[in-house]
Amino acid sequence: MSQENNIQAKIRNHPKFAELVGKRTRFAVILSLVVLVPYYTFMFLVSTQPQLFAAKLAEGGVITTGWPIAALIIIGGWLLTGVYVSRANGEFDSITEEVLKEARK
Amino acid sequence: MKRSISALVAGSLLAISFAVFAGPGAIEGVEKQPINVSAIAMFMIFVIATLGITKWAAGKTKTTADFYTAGGGITGFQNGLAIAGDYMSAATLLGITSMVYFKGYDGFVYAVCFFVGWPIILFMMAERLRNLGKFTFADIASYRLDQNRIRTFAAIGSLTVVCFYLIVQMVGAGQLIQLLFGLEYNYAVVVVGLLMMVYVTFGGMTATTWVQIIKACLLLGGGITLMLLTLSQFGWSLDSLFSKAIESHKLGEKMMAPGSLMADPVSAFSLSLGLLFGTAGLPHIMMRFFTVPNAKEARKSVFYATGFIGLFFLVTIILGAGAITIVGTNASFFEGGEVGGKLIGGNNMPVMHLAKAVGGDVFLGFLSAVAFATILAVVSGLALAGASAISHDLYARVIKKGTASSAQEMKVTRFASVGLGLTAIVLGIAFKDQNVLFLVALAFGVASSVNFPVLILSMYWKGLTTRGALWGGIAGLVSSVGLVVLSPTVWVKILGNKTAIFPYDHPAIVSMTLAFFVTWLLSVTDKSARAAKEAEAYEEQYIRAQTGLGASGAHAH
Repeated sequence: MSQENNIQAKIRNHPKFAELVGKRTRFAVILSLVVLVPYYTFMFLVSTQPQLFAAKLAEGGVITTGWPIAALIIIGGWLLTGVYVSRANGEFDSITEEVLKEARK
Repeated sequence: MKRSISALVAGSLLAISFAVFAGPGAIEGVEKQPINVSAIAMFMIFVIATLGITKWAAGKTKTTADFYTAGGGITGFQNGLAIAGDYMSAATLLGITSMVYFKGYDGFVYAVCFFVGWPIILFMMAERLRNLGKFTFADIASYRLDQNRIRTFAAIGSLTVVCFYLIVQMVGAGQLIQLLFGLEYNYAVVVVGLLMMVYVTFGGMTATTWVQIIKACLLLGGGITLMLLTLSQFGWSLDSLFSKAIESHKLGEKMMAPGSLMADPVSAFSLSLGLLFGTAGLPHIMMRFFTVPNAKEARKSVFYATGFIGLFFLVTIILGAGAITIVGTNASFFEGGEVGGKLIGGNNMPVMHLAKAVGGDVFLGFLSAVAFATILAVVSGLALAGASAISHDLYARVIKKGTASSAQEMKVTRFASVGLGLTAIVLGIAFKDQNVLFLVALAFGVASSVNFPVLILSMYWKGLTTRGALWGGIAGLVSSVGLVVLSPTVWVKILGNKTAIFPYDHPAIVSMTLAFFVTWLLSVTDKSARAAKEAEAYEEQYIRAQTGLGASGAHAH
């Protein structure tokens, strides 16, 4: 138990731990905002300004701007999960491993 | 013919002898659909194959860890498919296509609301869930709080969501089999409930996961094939598909823009809150994060799941839009041949009719079989989540304080699965003829106001105390269930009152806010010694959440 506490304290005081948590939290918050701000803007405009989504995409066509905008929210959201996973599973995980390894010494 | 088919069904369903199939009069009394032999054949292949998987899985399910999490040995890709499988229910396929069919663009907005929770789950929750949890989400909620009260409460939250979601699935199942077999709705619900009990009771998480994976592949494959067949009817041109849809739709040009469904900003905001954060509070989805060996695989799971779910939604939108012309102008899909009247099989059936129109009886059979497999897989996942809340949380942890043997716990799990199956049957019959997508939104309202607040605060907020979590959770549960009962859907349409007491169908805007507020207020004013201890314990939890130190790994066999 005391060894466990010891490892915990070492992790807590490791400078890279603070770096890891800071970087990852910032990254997660920024990406969440990149999803949520457009999404809630979209929802707000859909209910208050529906005519914005009724404009024709191309001259003589029938598809309105609303359809590609909604599709973009879905596709963009997925691409952002890819961005997060590649950085978290690479950079962040290697810092985590480093911290854990040094704390267990 | 009818008798021999009902005998075949009864024989194959593990020779369970239901009263349903006992006599020749049993399937009389409803408007029968023509019997589709190829559909029934494919349907039976799925049932037999999934029972085979269950038998195999039963041999591998020896401990509680095997039962709840398949031993933690599922890969990120497999789990991603299985999560997508859990989320892409038959209700989603039928409901979103139906929404686009009837409401046009509003259906797409709905689909976006259902999707957008996934990236957020990845950014804010996935790795912490994996690092802190073992079998159920209550493990995390009660990590440093009172084991009895918070665990009990989290289990109740899980069970409530499971029951709501089960209703949705059972209604979809009843309608689907009614259309396919001409079997009466109530009997169809009974069949699904009984099969579900068999899968979960014997096969646990291993069977559920593999059924999900296979079904997700079939559903995506079937959906994409149907989309291609549909597009070929319009000369591969989306422009032509939409211009024909506008001509055929009773809303005309208006179907291309946001309409009545989202017209009220407060209602739209409440819906989007409920769907966004409700996704992050679904117990059967969160449970899936414990089936992978580490946080790395948990993140990958969400990446794959999000991709499959997004793709599936985009496909269903095109299916719904295509059905407007192909189904909406074809008299043979309407009761009494009256175009624009009542759809045969109910309002959730446009996609099934579309399959028949562009792919014939064989393709309809295939899609029906896939949809059936989907329902079975999703109800199994739900029943598993519900059963583990009863056996792991309530029985093993709260009642037995961790002293129950693995064998005892397994026994309770199996009884719980049977109990949930019976509950699902009763509720499925009670909620006949409701729009299934609406019922999904109800489940999400409760998930977002009961499970999500305690989960997110326990992971992120040091100041959370037992008192705050308990009363906040109760406030969320009472207000979300209460407001759903008082909403137009239940109070007016089901209970037959004249006007709704609560004007919105989606309670999240009130119930979620209330849950967070009460949790906060009763936590910051909690000056007890217990509260101080709980804040102190946050440190250990925080380091484990961030680094995975001490997280439960893959379980040895």
